[in-house]
Amino acid sequence: MATQTATRRTGSSRSAGAPANGTTARKNWLGGAFGWLWLLIVLIPIYWIVITSFKSSAGYFGTNPLLPSATPTLDNYKLVLQNDFVRYFMNSVIVTVGATIPAVLISFMAAFAIVRGAGRWLKAVNALFLMGLAIPLQATIIPIYLIIIKAGMYNSLGAIILPSIAFAIPLTVLILSNFVRDVPNELFEAMRMDGSSEWGTMWRLAFPLTRPALVTVTIYQGLQIWNGFLLPLIFTDRADLRVLPLALWTFQGQYSVNIPAVLASVVLTTLPILVLYIVGRRQLLSGLTAGFSK
Amino acid sequence: MSASVSTAPSTTPAKVTPSAHTSTGRLGWLVLPALLFFVVFAVVPLIGVFVLSFTSWDGIGAISFTGLKSWTAVLTDPGLPHALWVTFLIIVLSWIAQTPLSILLGVFISGSQKYRAVLAVLFFLPLLLSAAAVSIAYKALLDPNFGLGPGLKLAILTQDWLGKSTLAMGVVIFIIAWQWIPFHSLIYQGAIRQIPTSMYEAAQIDGAGRVRQFFSITLPQLKNTMITSSTLMIVGSLTTFDLIFVLTGGGPNDATRALALDMYLTGFRANQMGLASAIAVILVVVGLILAQVLQRLGGKERNSQLEGA
Repeated sequence: MATQTATRRTGSSRSAGAPANGTTARKNWLGGAFGWLWLLIVLIPIYWIVITSFKSSAGYFGTNPLLPSATPTLDNYKLVLQNDFVRYFMNSVIVTVGATIPAVLISFMAAFAIVRGAGRWLKAVNALFLMGLAIPLQATIIPIYLIIIKAGMYNSLGAIILPSIAFAIPLTVLILSNFVRDVPNELFEAMRMDGSSEWGTMWRLAFPLTRPALVTVTIYQGLQIWNGFLLPLIFTDRADLRVLPLALWTFQGQYSVNIPAVLASVVLTTLPILVLYIVGRRQLLSGLTAGFSK
Repeated sequence: MSASVSTAPSTTPAKVTPSAHTSTGRLGWLVLPALLFFVVFAVVPLIGVFVLSFTSWDGIGAISFTGLKSWTAVLTDPGLPHALWVTFLIIVLSWIAQTPLSILLGVFISGSQKYRAVLAVLFFLPLLLSAAAVSIAYKALLDPNFGLGPGLKLAILTQDWLGKSTLAMGVVIFIIAWQWIPFHSLIYQGAIRQIPTSMYEAAQIDGAGRVRQFFSITLPQLKNTMITSSTLMIVGSLTTFDLIFVLTGGGPNDATRALALDMYLTGFRANQMGLASAIAVILVVVGLILAQVLQRLGGKERNSQLEGA
């Protein structure tokens, strides 16, 4: 654990802009060639998806697939929007916000207690959460389905939200407790001298100081939940409760021959995430590096 | 162990030691909300899936205990070894496809040149898409009549990609790699930047070439990262569901019917929850065995690190 903490701190300061070392500025032909090749492999399908989504469904097949349409059309996007896209988008927002924010907050409280407290109880709870990392939680889906039915929650967004919170807890607690551990003890002592309660210390000292980690786990878990497919598939079957990935799948089932429209739906469901990524990419990339490269 | 080991003893004790040994009583309740969620939606279901594997349930009606009936049925069904084999193939092939390329790409983006950071941002794009979106897009792209291949009139790209067993498996592996290699190269990049320059300088003085440096410094230093990354890959492959479900539905001829999908189809399509629960227990056991194996590979001194995965 100690090693891990120290290593990670080094990692995060590095990615924050300190001079890198190791392979710095050395020429690496193989890596370079492969880097550019991989760029093509990543971008060509994405480019094809985007340009095709602007082609007319009737005439698209006659055109060169790698050239943008001479007469771009928004018809495909209109078709997707007419198919209740806005409702599905709102469902996804409700599920993602409703699950991510509580998951991160209660995980932060747990992480704070695990790091600052002591004793068998907290150790046991921590061990339980760590166990959750080794177990494929998807395997528990059938009993959860039973619980959801018994609780009368089948066909509700809550049925997606509650298990999503539980599934997010182990990793979030682990990452946040590593960061709470980095807060210097002297600061906690100073807060105590000033007569601050542990509750107050948690929100006014530990919370702001772990903000980068909080943002990173929020983005990461938010992305997982936004893209989640299994829980909505199993816990809802009403059209008005579809979240975006599920809506995408049904849309594709209906319009499978209309490839430009299907691709427009792919673009449209990814667009909100892309906007968030452009805003928060630095935070996400450096945070993930810090969180996993131990 | 990476070089940071040497810095650990000097910096950590002051920060890690909890000062408030007496505060457990006051802090203990803070874990309760998280614990409640985790117990209700993870611990109880985990016990529940074991119990349900000894029952018969169609998903709607009453649940009745049937002893070992589900287990006998699952263990004698040729579908199980097949699903295990498919899962094994996905785990092994996607590891082979991803690991060397992720390290290579990680070395590349760890360089300090500015354009490499820009490329890293672009590399990350596939990860923003849901598995459903990626599968749907590739299904369109690979369509033998209307996809990219026939559009370009390229015979090699015009195949019945999802209609032939080996090709469909290849497509699954390719899509996993397409989406996840950037993520793993980011992990490797972080680790590569932590390797001290002095090690390379010393090697240079000793006359070691670039390739030699990579194999005798970079690669050994990445051992722990490789285990973290491999754990994520293996657990990810073991539980691959959305991708296969949307892309092939397990076909053609069950060629891509992996364990997680087999559980779903048995339980929620064939309405045999008892059998599906037995498959789920097998999934848990396989997951735990793999986690143990990986932990052993990592050696004892770093057992807490795996938990980071």
